[in-house]
Amino acid sequence: MKKLLASIVPAAMALVIGAGSAFAAGYPINKPREIDWSFAGPFGTFDKGQLQRGLKVYVEACSACHSMNLVAFRTLEDLGYSEDQLKALAANYEVEDGPNGEGEMFTRTAVLSDHFPSPFPNQEAAAYANNGAAPPDFSLLAKARYVERGFPQFVFDIFTGYNESGPNYIYSLLTGYQEPPAGVEVPDGAHYNPYFIAGSALAMAQPIYDEQVAYDDGSPETVDQYAKDVSAFLMWAAEPHMEERKQTGFMVIIFLAIFASLLFLTKKSVFASKEH
Amino acid sequence: MSSDHSTYQPTSGFGKWIDSRLPLPRMVHDSFVSYPVPRNLNYAYTFGGILMVMLVVQLLTGIVLAMHYAADTAIAFQSVEKIMRDVNSGWLLRYMHANGASFFFVAVYIHIARGMYYGSYKAPREVLWILGVVILLLMMATAFMGYVLPWGQMSFWGATVITGFFTAFPGIGEPIQQLLLGGFAVDNPTLNRFFSLHYLLPFMITGVVILHVWALHVTGQTNPTGVEVKSKTDTVPFTPYATVKDALALSIFLLVFAYFIFFMPNFLGHADNYIPADPLKTPAHIVPEWYFLPFYAILRAITFDIGPIDSKLGGVLAMFGSIAVLFVLPWLDTSKVRSAVYRPWYKLFFWLFVANAIFLGWLGAKPAEGIYTPLAQISTLYYFAFFLVILPVLGLIETPKRLPNSITEAVLAKKAGNGGAAPAAASPETRG
Repeated sequence: MKKLLASIVPAAMALVIGAGSAFAAGYPINKPREIDWSFAGPFGTFDKGQLQRGLKVYVEACSACHSMNLVAFRTLEDLGYSEDQLKALAANYEVEDGPNGEGEMFTRTAVLSDHFPSPFPNQEAAAYANNGAAPPDFSLLAKARYVERGFPQFVFDIFTGYNESGPNYIYSLLTGYQEPPAGVEVPDGAHYNPYFIAGSALAMAQPIYDEQVAYDDGSPETVDQYAKDVSAFLMWAAEPHMEERKQTGFMVIIFLAIFASLLFLTKKSVFASKEH
Repeated sequence: MSSDHSTYQPTSGFGKWIDSRLPLPRMVHDSFVSYPVPRNLNYAYTFGGILMVMLVVQLLTGIVLAMHYAADTAIAFQSVEKIMRDVNSGWLLRYMHANGASFFFVAVYIHIARGMYYGSYKAPREVLWILGVVILLLMMATAFMGYVLPWGQMSFWGATVITGFFTAFPGIGEPIQQLLLGGFAVDNPTLNRFFSLHYLLPFMITGVVILHVWALHVTGQTNPTGVEVKSKTDTVPFTPYATVKDALALSIFLLVFAYFIFFMPNFLGHADNYIPADPLKTPAHIVPEWYFLPFYAILRAITFDIGPIDSKLGGVLAMFGSIAVLFVLPWLDTSKVRSAVYRPWYKLFFWLFVANAIFLGWLGAKPAEGIYTPLAQISTLYYFAFFLVILPVLGLIETPKRLPNSITEAVLAKKAGNGGAAPAAASPETRG
């Protein structure tokens, strides 16, 4: 309840600045665009180059407002970095630690076991600095956004193994900023985006533009590429054990399929002499 | 079936020694090896065994998860994420447990539907059936409280909505709600007691499952014909016949379960539960887990006052009533014939009931507005009419097909090539 009392900031509700209530059906106005991700499907794996570019986009363009407080620097080894590279990355950040022997809190350089520090000291500061809408944490964003697929599509999704709703949504939102169509009124401080999940406009202005982040692997420095890369990176951040999961799953399925086949033959021979 | 028919012969010296002191090996042998089961059980009858395995899966994964989980609103969400990221195979344990709950319900709904289709609840199996409904209720309570533990947005708001039901009862409602919550709103005391109860209830389920199996072994199983076992030729020993069939069905069930764990682990959950609980931000749609959706639709279908009962209380009563009616099902069905195979009209209404229940589930996921409300009302009406009108009346007016004289006759008639489950009237009585 402390949290409840402390953050009476009515603005916490203001994530949706759009005139429409979050209850009204029909948002997002446009369905998310579907990208052909490397990590889709039962054998999909992350593209490490893409994850590294995505990390760069996060660090240079997003991390000024968005925290990612469940992700530790050490886990970025999955992206193909060496320990020394990660130590150097962590050294760019200051984290609060303490209390020391004198009872004082102090700041120190981040080490591998630290998580990405938040850009704001607390939720209230984050909301205050951002027009009332605290920027969401990025650690789980790719699993925390799902645009309804409707019947019967959601049944087909079981068979096609569709798990990419989150990254498709993030990609679509980042590339979806546009001028509002005639007749649509956008409140002050809001920005029209037909891909936004909870209204016609959101508090965040278009966060990234062409050539804002420099790539050193020759990939195009476009909003489209940035959006793809950071979405892939956020999928990794939300589900770092995805590749291990799919590999384990493949072996489990093979084992169970063989086991079930043997049981089927056993069952046939057991019942062969018995009408049932 | 009981020990007086026991065929157990201890061979070793130790076997004889223990058999005259604590005949546990004899009990296991009599219950799972020599226990006679009808020879014509089909795959619908394998879900009892599957449910036992699912209960054990949930217990084992749950006990290990509890070693890493912290029931404190300040850190519950992070502790779950720590399991997902840092605990060895923690992601596997958690996905097994979360999807395991869903598959537990898949299996239990099939198990219940099988019981209804083949009239398994009829005399002398009323107590067996009622114990099953008690297990269902305990499962629902356990699943609901388990969903609160990750302390995501749906955890918090689901708990708020569901405990709010109790305020509909005049007088006693608010004290009950406050007892459940440990305060006036969902907060740390709520999380702590839900965690405690979520750990306790599965062991209560285990206890009732033991009673359920005991009652089953007293009456024996039903079978697709609904005709009781009459002679030894009607049955086969549990092992190897039922064992191997159950094992095959289980491995196929686990295959589907594994597909969800490893390739669709979040499909059955709600994305909003990956957002930490925020008492100031209500999600656009508060929906329970899929297995509660039909009951949620019934709750929201009552939008009108009935005399002194306002719509809120009416909805809550309808929702609780939709489970409570199952307790009296054995006495609502007036037909002497058990199996739907021989009841053409009941068969039709049964499948309508199944379709209606799935439709209610779909409605439960939709907002309670527009066309969805009248549709939910019609569906709710059919749900209750099935139990309270159709079952009592149908038993009196329906003409059932001719029943086979015995399970053996039915099996051999099917073999003789008339294909249908109903044997020809003139099928000859033959050797076993």
